[in-house]
Amino acid sequence: MNVVMRHSHSTSDPRTVLIRRHSVVVRMTHWLNVLCLAILLLSGLQIFNAYPRLHWGQYGADADRAVLEIGASDSGPGSHGFVKLGNVSVPTTGVLGLSKADGEWTQRAFPVWLTLPSYQDLAAGRRWHFFFAWVFVANGAVYLTYGLLTGHIRRDLAPDRHELAPRHLWRDIIDHIHLRFPAGERARRYNALQKLAYIAVVAGLLPLMVLTGLTMSPGMDAAFPVLLDIFGGRQSARTLHFISASLIVLFVIVHVAMVILSGPWNNMRSMITGRYAIRQKEPDA
Amino acid sequence: MNTLLTRRRFVVGGALGAGALALGGCDALDQSADVDSALRSAEALTLDAQRMLLRRRPLAREYSAADISPTFRVNGTQAPDSAEYAALHENAFAAWKLKIDGLVNRPMELSRAELKKLPSRTQITRHDCVEGWSAIGQWTGVQLGLVLQAAGLKPNARFAVFHCADELEKTFDGSGRYYESIDLVDAFHPQTILAYAMNGADLTVGHGAPLRLRVERQLGYKHAKYVMRIEIVEDFGGLWGGRGGYWEDRGYQWYAGI
Repeated sequence: MNVVMRHSHSTSDPRTVLIRRHSVVVRMTHWLNVLCLAILLLSGLQIFNAYPRLHWGQYGADADRAVLEIGASDSGPGSHGFVKLGNVSVPTTGVLGLSKADGEWTQRAFPVWLTLPSYQDLAAGRRWHFFFAWVFVANGAVYLTYGLLTGHIRRDLAPDRHELAPRHLWRDIIDHIHLRFPAGERARRYNALQKLAYIAVVAGLLPLMVLTGLTMSPGMDAAFPVLLDIFGGRQSARTLHFISASLIVLFVIVHVAMVILSGPWNNMRSMITGRYAIRQKEPDA
Repeated sequence: MNTLLTRRRFVVGGALGAGALALGGCDALDQSADVDSALRSAEALTLDAQRMLLRRRPLAREYSAADISPTFRVNGTQAPDSAEYAALHENAFAAWKLKIDGLVNRPMELSRAELKKLPSRTQITRHDCVEGWSAIGQWTGVQLGLVLQAAGLKPNARFAVFHCADELEKTFDGSGRYYESIDLVDAFHPQTILAYAMNGADLTVGHGAPLRLRVERQLGYKHAKYVMRIEIVEDFGGLWGGRGGYWEDRGYQWYAGI
């Protein structure tokens, strides 16, 4: 992260310097990942719609207990959409379970604007999903190889012991609540919460997505039966796939909110051109 | 503060706008032939990768009797709707014979009693539907490899095609008739059986009586029910939609290992 340019000429003002924040590999894999995750999410919801119930264990079908179900009460007038988690049912008419498709009320778990393709077509959803699953895995392999070989993950993402101290973490949490973001020299590096969030996604949620996805494949289960033991069965893996996808959506919402709140232009520029502006006090002012 | 809000609104609005445009464009992309053939290319990659990982021909997990689903969902055809099938069902499939023909040295016809006299294999396996649900059941039948060995394959034999009694879609040209195909790697796998019994009793009509294919390691639609004839071919391109199966002709992958 070396200084590449000076912006301000006034000696009394803090000067703005542009540092190299993101390498070209990080930037390219980041945006390809955005594309992959968007398509995997939308085509994944299309696939979910084919059987909108989640189970726990080795087997699970209509007659078996569901841990989560998105459905609609009987068709016709008075029908309503619901999400049922265990024994608790929440009405969701209009969005989940029952929503409008081409102006008609239609029973479908996720609405047309959340599925790829928008109309019900499991075969097409699977074609999109598996193509982009391959791209996602290849992209992730490039990122992880680069991140491990160049030390990017160790240097930029792994929190050090000092950052993991409860007092330090607590101060970071308070700063985030007050939307106080690091400035000056401290802005050169990710803060502790940021590091933890990125590590959790890169080393936790995204690999979990791949592994639970593969556990749903009968071919992969024959090649690696241990997958069934790790996740407690194909239906458990399907449920965990859904939960980790939801957590990735949650991460993206917080991530985008933080990008916007902590300076959208600077953040976007750094992820596109690699350059990130920080304001420094004159060393001898 | 004002500029910040405006900027924020602009960024959020821009992102939503781009998202909406992308979503609207996705259906158009989905219907483009070039995009479709690009997406389909992933299937060959999946097949090659799984064949490499499965080269030692491991068995799909076999479960214990305690793991069997209390209710095994009946899917696809509930009962074939034809006079021929009704007549066969009427006398408990005594008149039914499985035909084996195509690229074989000795075309055969086997009754259910004859199949039951051959060495049998019983396996408790998980049935995984392409839709996402699973059910565990116990299957008993004859290894397909054994039957194909008895018939003797010609050198150019590449695929086994299963012709079924059920029509899942009523059409004038008969293209709604169910059929499936697997290659010889799967045909000779020890767990690939022609099952005549499920959970210790003869197959019910809902589950494919008198005979269904079990090709563990692939999704449910490959496990053809109501098998009437096994045809050995070099290439399935000339059959119906040319993609090797009823669901394959309707957009699903021929290789259903994932």
